[in-house]
Amino acid sequence: MSPPCHKKAGSAAPTQRFPTCAIGKKPYWRSPPGAATHAALMHRFANPARFLKIARPLTQWLFWPGLALILIGAGCGLLVTPADYLQGQTVRILYIHVPAAWLGMGGWTGIALAALVQLVWRHPLAAIAGRAIAAPGALFTAICLATGSIWGRPTWGTWWEWDGRMTSMLVLLFLYLGYIALAQASARDGQGGVSHVTAIFGLVGAVNIPIINRSVVWWNSLHQGPSITMRGSTIETTLLWPLGLTLLGFSLWFGAIVLMRMRAILAQNKVEARMQRLARG
Amino acid sequence: MNQWAFVIAAYAVTAGATIVMSIMSWRAMGSAERAADRLSDRA
Repeated sequence: MSPPCHKKAGSAAPTQRFPTCAIGKKPYWRSPPGAATHAALMHRFANPARFLKIARPLTQWLFWPGLALILIGAGCGLLVTPADYLQGQTVRILYIHVPAAWLGMGGWTGIALAALVQLVWRHPLAAIAGRAIAAPGALFTAICLATGSIWGRPTWGTWWEWDGRMTSMLVLLFLYLGYIALAQASARDGQGGVSHVTAIFGLVGAVNIPIINRSVVWWNSLHQGPSITMRGSTIETTLLWPLGLTLLGFSLWFGAIVLMRMRAILAQNKVEARMQRLARG
Repeated sequence: MNQWAFVIAAYAVTAGATIVMSIMSWRAMGSAERAADRLSDRA
């Protein structure tokens, strides 16, 4: 089915500023206001100036509440909640390990979505978003592995085990490092965001996300099975509630960092474009 | 084995990494936007 066009068949529409369909005929970010297509709605924010108008205040609104929630959640997790009857004090690592795993996997899902939007709709900000997500996503994957390893030593008696969950999470970290290297190469070639090859890599790498998620079900593992599912949680409520605070806090913080990095890339692109214009005279 | 030592190590790793990432991203954004503004003023 072809995408809806804002021009009715047969109508001349001489007063309309862009008389042809926004997709394919005119640059999509110049679609006329009120064009009721999903693509036009998405591309409303393709203009960097319009995006920055929202991103500037949003960075602050995400960063400071996120930081406050992290501090409150981590403080309560360390000082208020009781120790687990089986794992003792080490259960407190839960409040940073789970958000790190969530954002490591969520970050790559974001990269895959950005890659899809870049490849299918050619949204200019999608490539920049993908590049901006990579570093914080890799950081949280590394934090997840490090805190999991620290948790494993007193709980399982080992720092590392080559089981499905840990190995697939390590593969995710390597995927992030590969993506960052490809994105840096794209940037050196003079592209603001990431190349199509990098976007395809981001899309294909998403196959690892369901593998990580289901690894504890598919294979025997030292790692515990899924504790929080759509049907509820097997974690005692007195232990669970600070996790909600740190999950939300780290997610807001992650959003703020992505916006900061997108703003930095957009500003660098602007400087580069201006320098090229000045060099040409 | 003191379990608190492992808990503190995990929190220290996370705090250190998030603080470094926050400072690096903030500084990169600030310096890039200042450079862009300076160039806009020149033009």
